[in-house]
Amino acid sequence: MKNLIGIEDISVEEIDELIEKAKDIMKNRDKYSEKCKGKILATLFFEPSTRTRLSFESAMLSLGGNVLGFSSADSSSVQKGETVGDTIKVVGGYSDIIAMRHPKEGAPVVAEKSTTKPIINAGDGGHNHPTQTLTDLATIAIEKGRLDNYTIGLCGDLKFGRTVHSLVTALSRYKNINYIFISPKELTIPDYIKKNVLEKNNIKYTETTDLEGSIDKLDILYMTRVQKERFFSEEEYIKLKDVYILDNEKLIKAKKDLIILHPLPRVNEIAVEVDEDPRACYFKQAEYGRFIRMALILKMLNIK
Amino acid sequence: MYIDSIKNGYVIDHIKAGQSMEIYKYLKLNELDCQVAIIQNAKSNKMGKKDIIKIDKELKLDLDILGYLDSNITVNVIKDDKLVEKIHPEMPEKLVNIVPCKNPRCITSVERGLDQICVLTDRENRVYRCKYCESRIN
Repeated sequence: MKNLIGIEDISVEEIDELIEKAKDIMKNRDKYSEKCKGKILATLFFEPSTRTRLSFESAMLSLGGNVLGFSSADSSSVQKGETVGDTIKVVGGYSDIIAMRHPKEGAPVVAEKSTTKPIINAGDGGHNHPTQTLTDLATIAIEKGRLDNYTIGLCGDLKFGRTVHSLVTALSRYKNINYIFISPKELTIPDYIKKNVLEKNNIKYTETTDLEGSIDKLDILYMTRVQKERFFSEEEYIKLKDVYILDNEKLIKAKKDLIILHPLPRVNEIAVEVDEDPRACYFKQAEYGRFIRMALILKMLNIK
Repeated sequence: MYIDSIKNGYVIDHIKAGQSMEIYKYLKLNELDCQVAIIQNAKSNKMGKKDIIKIDKELKLDLDILGYLDSNITVNVIKDDKLVEKIHPEMPEKLVNIVPCKNPRCITSVERGLDQICVLTDRENRVYRCKYCESRIN
């Protein structure tokens, strides 16, 4: 794996290796504190992001490396009309590894052709977001102790939610996972995921609009935000944004060992009262994101 | 109806009825200075109706476009009034700068100098996707 553009670029063995490394980093922080000394991570965020960018920067700083970059297209040469290819060619000369987010889908494919330095896709529009998927997988592996044999419910915007598409694709390689897709009819999981990922691999799934009726069956509940930026119509967004709100009442019927995940940021889809529930894992999930990114940076820089 | 035979050139046969104008457009046959005949709704034992295009000139025919549009097409190569070769264009693995990606969120919509590349991802169902954003092209 030279570049990480989509989750399919990583094998199951490599995912396991990264998760094991992340666990080791969590236990032995000092051992890794200077592993990237003298190395530079460029974080090129052509689209604003708080969590992902800070998570990458925190990961590199925790490894003793340095960070440079920009946090929006307004503060980069893109505003002057520079292409992605040219920006990457230049930044490749200033850094050892590049993490980039871009609003246009497929931008990291252009980037990987423009430099010899490793490229990590930190999100390209509604397309891929592989390090979020790695974070999700690490959270499931750490909290559940396994990546196979469970029922997972994915709830909310399953149409535009790139984290959902990547997670389903990644999990399709693990055994005996039952999927329940919970969404309004306007935001159902795309046909190509059902056909090319699930049905192709004979994986069972059900689709429903009913969160309360499904919650008692779940071992994992993956909530998502309805993302305003993915809609062309404000009216459509307002109609759908608060369809699902997870609160303590809805959790009464849920299993005691359920884990609740969310890629964050959350808006209204998980009531704040749920944060106190021990089954709420979304803030831990964000923290695990830092450690899995540390493991990823080490791997891509070939540092043991 | 009678259309002259050609001396040197191509007869593109077994075109699905109604698709000849699309092929004419993709092959940019309007840019040629030779005779080009489009026969629509010709009788066919195999297909019922079919279209045929005759090109009265030796030129470099883009078989990838034909394979992408319809892999049931037959290209008859004519030299000195004789049929010298029958070609059955196959679906190409990749199309470069032939079909643009229509996804407004794709990087190809803004990045200058970028080739429009489509990749065959499902041969059985003839599905091509954009190499960059993976949107379905056809």
